[in-house]
Amino acid sequence: MDYVIEMINIRKEFPGIVANDEVTLQVKKGEIHALLGENGAGKSTLMNVLFGLYQPEKGEIKVRGKTVQITDPNVANDLGIGMVHQHFMLIDKFTVTENIILGNEPKTKYGNIDIRKAEKEVARISELYGLRVDPKAKVEDISVGMQQRVEILKTLYRGAEILIFDEPTAVLTPQEIKELMEIMKKLLQEGKSIILITHKLKEILSVCDRCTVIRRGRGIGTVNVSETNQNELASMMVGREISFVVEKEDAKPEDVVLKIEDLVVNDLRNVRAIDGLNLEVKAGEVLGIAGVDGNGQTELVEAIVGLQKASSGTITISGNETTNLSPRKVTESGIGHIPQDRHKHGLVLDFSVGENILLQTYYQHPYTKNGVLYYPKMYEKAKRLIEEYDVRTPNERTLARALSGGNQQKAIIAREVDRSPNLLIAAQPTRGLDVGAIEFIHRKIIEERDKGRAILLISFELDEVRNLSDRIAVIYEGKIVAVVDPKTTTEQELGILMAGGKLEKEGEPI
Amino acid sequence: MKKIKPILLKVMTFLKSLLIKLAIPLLSIFFGFFAGAIIMLVSGNNPITGYAALFDGVFGDIYYFGETLRMMTPLIFSGIAVAFAFRTGLLNIGVEGQLIVGWLASVAVGVMFDLPFVIHLPLALLAGAVAGGLWGFIPGILKARLHVHEVIVTIMMNYVALHVSNHFIRNYMLASGQRTEFIPATASLSSDFLRGLTDFSRLHWGFLLAIFACVVMWFLLWKTRKGYELRAVGYNPNASSYAGMNVKTNIVLSMVVSGGFAGLGGAMEGLGTYGYAQILSSFTNLGFDGIAVALLGASTSIGIFLSAFLFGGLKIGAANMQASANVAPELVEIVIALIIFFVASSYLIRWVLNRLQSNREGK
Repeated sequence: MDYVIEMINIRKEFPGIVANDEVTLQVKKGEIHALLGENGAGKSTLMNVLFGLYQPEKGEIKVRGKTVQITDPNVANDLGIGMVHQHFMLIDKFTVTENIILGNEPKTKYGNIDIRKAEKEVARISELYGLRVDPKAKVEDISVGMQQRVEILKTLYRGAEILIFDEPTAVLTPQEIKELMEIMKKLLQEGKSIILITHKLKEILSVCDRCTVIRRGRGIGTVNVSETNQNELASMMVGREISFVVEKEDAKPEDVVLKIEDLVVNDLRNVRAIDGLNLEVKAGEVLGIAGVDGNGQTELVEAIVGLQKASSGTITISGNETTNLSPRKVTESGIGHIPQDRHKHGLVLDFSVGENILLQTYYQHPYTKNGVLYYPKMYEKAKRLIEEYDVRTPNERTLARALSGGNQQKAIIAREVDRSPNLLIAAQPTRGLDVGAIEFIHRKIIEERDKGRAILLISFELDEVRNLSDRIAVIYEGKIVAVVDPKTTTEQELGILMAGGKLEKEGEPI
Repeated sequence: MKKIKPILLKVMTFLKSLLIKLAIPLLSIFFGFFAGAIIMLVSGNNPITGYAALFDGVFGDIYYFGETLRMMTPLIFSGIAVAFAFRTGLLNIGVEGQLIVGWLASVAVGVMFDLPFVIHLPLALLAGAVAGGLWGFIPGILKARLHVHEVIVTIMMNYVALHVSNHFIRNYMLASGQRTEFIPATASLSSDFLRGLTDFSRLHWGFLLAIFACVVMWFLLWKTRKGYELRAVGYNPNASSYAGMNVKTNIVLSMVVSGGFAGLGGAMEGLGTYGYAQILSSFTNLGFDGIAVALLGASTSIGIFLSAFLFGGLKIGAANMQASANVAPELVEIVIALIIFFVASSYLIRWVLNRLQSNREGK
């Protein structure tokens, strides 16, 4: 047997639900093994069992052929199992090295911490795996991608042989994802084994050797990645056929709804983030903004919805100028907005689902009369939208915090779309969601387009932009550098434009 | 029978969730008293006689019970003040100062004007609320405009309140010794009816106002549009501004309302219990105790009422504990502190509860 990890028939229950039921996972030495499942399918539970955070009710765990009891994370560490968490567990004010040695500090003979030795060791490991991390940098000063490498280093420093990556690409830019994949391959070369928790099929197909699928807590099976394809994996995961191509007819664009002229916006540090931007979005079309993160996408959206002041230029919605109006005034002029960060901006997590669904309309008749809220009407409305948008929640009084990411996003979409705005801004509408939810949201966006709404889509996923958009505007350093037709423009051409390059054939203005 | 079952199940789950919610405050109180008993034992007292005397000092005589309700009154107001700000994500440590200026302002209106009862008393109460609200407005506006942390400002405003109030009494309102003149009956909350009911304790109409204030707080926060906004801002200011709420206005408003409740708490003392304002050599602690009341009461109206009763009772009962069991009244302060300690470290209690539960399931 050359399995380095075997989890056999694991069962884990929580009060009221069975999170894992007869799940078997066998990882070979030197492979990248994907653990695939929808949000809430039980992937994290299974990994927490392996990492010693939960004790299973039934089942056996073997590490290198030997049955073990992993009673807490320290045991897992000693067995050479390391976890790279999705939410980093780092101290911002500490340096990279200080974070890595935390809890495992090398001492000098006088008993104080031997930071020099630690730094050398960190640099050595970093070099070995091509991580290129500066051991003396403070964590708060380095990028998210680098912080993730610090997490990887932390496990390697503790001698991990088996690394668990929990949705590692959720927080990364496309470039960083590419680099992470390289690092993973390097880790394999050095004899490590990797378990990759994900719901992104593309990643599995590009780097993984084998893939175990979990659906609603049950193990569905393990397949060799070379013998499968995207559609098969998706239907194993969701339990039905999934379509990846968004079916839509050609757009029938009408009047201009959103018109932006010479917009200039300075960001919080007073750096010019939007620099003379011009853009038009018409009713009945999806305009996708393609661009590398940090080229002004966030500022563009915030300026349109009134959260950031424009220093000059004008924004017009359906013929009315809305430049620098308050967010509420802008919203009332006919904008729906699905924000990029649903936890930070989209929801009040400690409010009920119902209260969240009314977050834009609570002050209007009939929900408020003379300053007093009328809860029965609010919940009646919420109930209807929950049904209509298939938000899976026990009821409308459940806290939004208790819902899965996909259902939280559906609640936001219900709230924003139901107001029938003329302009719908969708910023990263499917970030971190599984294929089932993505399909639903894409269909909804096209439905709205066909009803004659103008849609402004901002996404860092090129596939999503290419799939949904009728026109693609490429943003680079705060300007729209080209507007192209997705049908006649390749991914490579878009990539060149996004990096600030020019096309030979000159993207004809459409 | 079939129909009853789901209803019964609903009732059971409701009771169970209520029990879990109550578990932490109740256990904290129990641990607080338990630790107090140990201290009594160590210091050579019998905890049973000690606590019996304490209990007797609250319920044994209708006079003491009246005094307990009287003691509760300002604690309810200061508890509401802390809780209201807390619900909007603000820590108002300045309730003490807001209460002091409220006390002074209400007495000043009481002493200076000669008006009929129906105008005079409401006007004096209003003055207290306005003064407290103003004292809350300053840290509120500093927080909203300049991002100055409200904890720092409110702490400092306490000292300003104490000394400004003393200054005004000493230089403009001094009648005899250390205090102002008595307010006239037209501005007084004192009630012959309630006094008569409780064997001539100092219980006054303010107690009913305090109950009313609990209802007002509940209504404001959970039933009005503004309350919805205040809570939204407290939970997530980012999402609130996305939804078009004015976060800054709501921060200022919350501090003003909070200060207003605190100022009314001061008016309870000025117009009800004492009938005058006095030069204070140190803080009254009524405002600081409000933090404890709000914490134990989990920032809910009913919780604040009940915990104000507990703390009020402890303070009043302490006198009898010294008189008949010879236990130092400071013990009560220790018990209060320990109760708050246990509430604040509720994580520990939750951990023990989880541990017990999983052990039981394991068997």
